[in-house]
Amino acid sequence: MEQRQDIADRLAAIGYIADGELATALVLMEMLQRPLLVEGAAGVGKTEIAKALAALHGTELIRLQCYEGLDRSDALYEWNYQRQLLAIKAREGQDAAATEAHVFSEDYLMERPLLAAIRRPIAPVLLIDEIDRADEEFEAFLLEVLSDFQVSIPELGTIQAMTIPRVVLTSHDTRELSDALRRRCLYHALDFPDVDREARILLTRLPGIDTTLALQIARLMEQIRRQELSKVPGIAETLVWAAALVGLKVTRLEEDRAAVYETLSCVLKTREDRARISREVADRLIGKVA
Amino acid sequence: MRDNGFKVGLAESSDALRVLSTSGIDRAVQARPALKALLCGRRSDWDGFDTLFDAYWSGRNVKLRIPMSGNAALASQRTIKTLSEQTSHAGETALASDVERREADGAGEAAPAGKREGASSFETLTRTDFRKIADPDAIAAAHKLAERLSHKMRTHLTRRERIARRGRHIDLRRTIHASLGTGGTPMRLVLRRPRHKPLRLVILLDASGSMSLYTGVFIRFVHGVLDHFREAEAFLFHTRLVHVSDALREKDTVRALDRLGLMAEGVGGGTRVGEAMATFNRWHAARVVHSRTCVMIFSDGYDTSPPELLGAEMAHLRRRCRRIVWLNPLIGWEGYEPSARGMAAALPHIDLFAPAHNLESLAALEPYLARL
Repeated sequence: MEQRQDIADRLAAIGYIADGELATALVLMEMLQRPLLVEGAAGVGKTEIAKALAALHGTELIRLQCYEGLDRSDALYEWNYQRQLLAIKAREGQDAAATEAHVFSEDYLMERPLLAAIRRPIAPVLLIDEIDRADEEFEAFLLEVLSDFQVSIPELGTIQAMTIPRVVLTSHDTRELSDALRRRCLYHALDFPDVDREARILLTRLPGIDTTLALQIARLMEQIRRQELSKVPGIAETLVWAAALVGLKVTRLEEDRAAVYETLSCVLKTREDRARISREVADRLIGKVA
Repeated sequence: MRDNGFKVGLAESSDALRVLSTSGIDRAVQARPALKALLCGRRSDWDGFDTLFDAYWSGRNVKLRIPMSGNAALASQRTIKTLSEQTSHAGETALASDVERREADGAGEAAPAGKREGASSFETLTRTDFRKIADPDAIAAAHKLAERLSHKMRTHLTRRERIARRGRHIDLRRTIHASLGTGGTPMRLVLRRPRHKPLRLVILLDASGSMSLYTGVFIRFVHGVLDHFREAEAFLFHTRLVHVSDALREKDTVRALDRLGLMAEGVGGGTRVGEAMATFNRWHAARVVHSRTCVMIFSDGYDTSPPELLGAEMAHLRRRCRRIVWLNPLIGWEGYEPSARGMAAALPHIDLFAPAHNLESLAALEPYLARL
């Protein structure tokens, strides 16, 4: 399994710090050509996996954001109706069958993420984001596409995949996904990074940051996430906050408590949470990590 | 793996073999993460995998069955095994047993003799046998009522939707197809039929000791609701919150109540309404509550969690859903005032506060629900 270390290293080089289990899952993804299902709370970096994977392989990232009511035509393909209408007008008086064949040709086909993903000459990374938001029918339909990698369009016929995309699905651990979908995927449960990993993420993403400060921020984030919050801050919030602190020329958290407290709005996103981390609580937490 | 509730099939076995035969994997340390990614399908699998893996590979003859919560496969096995034990002690766990009244810490005022007011934080460890409430006539009556309600709500909605949505959403794909025959002039507009989205009913049922007199009625009603409404979810709470829709969707009443009894360990104990609501908001609301949801809470409002918590959680829920109906069996009593602090805190966020202690009082809700 040297590939595992290799993948972890290469991911680190492009700014994504993966743990051993995730690296293994990514290796298996290549080996077995199975999609990867990533579950975890908001902000743990599920989407980032797909981005990192795309960067790693130097391919395009195609993203399908799921929502309630998402259907085939949003996900797969749609005809360009305006242009079709114009074409039909322009060809008025000509043979109707020829017109039909013309309007239902490739030229008028608008590909949506799923179709795009299987028609790329170089296998892209297909990110199916928040699959638990989509309806169950859509999940079933997706299953069909993911297992066969072919799509049938009534007017054009069956379209075979040119390449098999690498598929990453994300889900919020909330709605129960079907067993069929789960069985078809590799699984990875992503949690908030530990202090060490979060500090490494800060160091990779913000090259100018001081090592001690990065560690302090990571430790403070761990403390903050332990509080009773309605919106637990994710890694993206950590990065924004760290950038803010670096921008304010803070080098040690305990030296500039006022700045730390004032910039906490980068991390706390609701009024209740802001009220919960009062100045005293913040001071106590800073005291713990300094 | 399968014994422990993992859903793995032949495809996984062959993939596992392929992975393990790859050069480089010769030690358990390396095989573990690979098998973990391959064989786990959900969070509970993921959390239990390492223990199971160690138990197996450490070679010791340790117990391989690891209890995992929310594991349906395991639960069903337990059903068969403990069926006989269950029936034998079913008599002891009558719904209104006195044991559960211990540790009442009087969240309400002093209860007048004969009335049972107050909440307890005590969790009973015995399982309630819901099969005891399986009186066929009563069940049939409850199902009838639920069916009538669902019918009322549905017909009403479809009519209104038809009026509201007429003329919107032209289906261009079909329109163009239809226009080919007329030389490209869209003579006939094809309208996209709106996908019918019925109102969803989410029921939160208090199954604590103080509610035990009414639990039977409500369970039957909830079972009927899940049977007849296309979109309904049910939760049971006491000191914890349990999602019971799946168990109650079972058509066969006896089997449904049996499964419910297994899931609802702790029924008849104390109440933590606030915490149950917090759990609901945190873990389930995003999935089961949308803007066309009516949340129906059956509870007497006696709560051992801090009342502010219940107030805050109710406010939170109020913003998410369409209506909150709180049905309180105590309202039927003469001179009842919502004086319990939890109830008082929840009151401002409720759209309808109504009595419910038997099927008739539920039936009285019909006109209100039909207007939703």
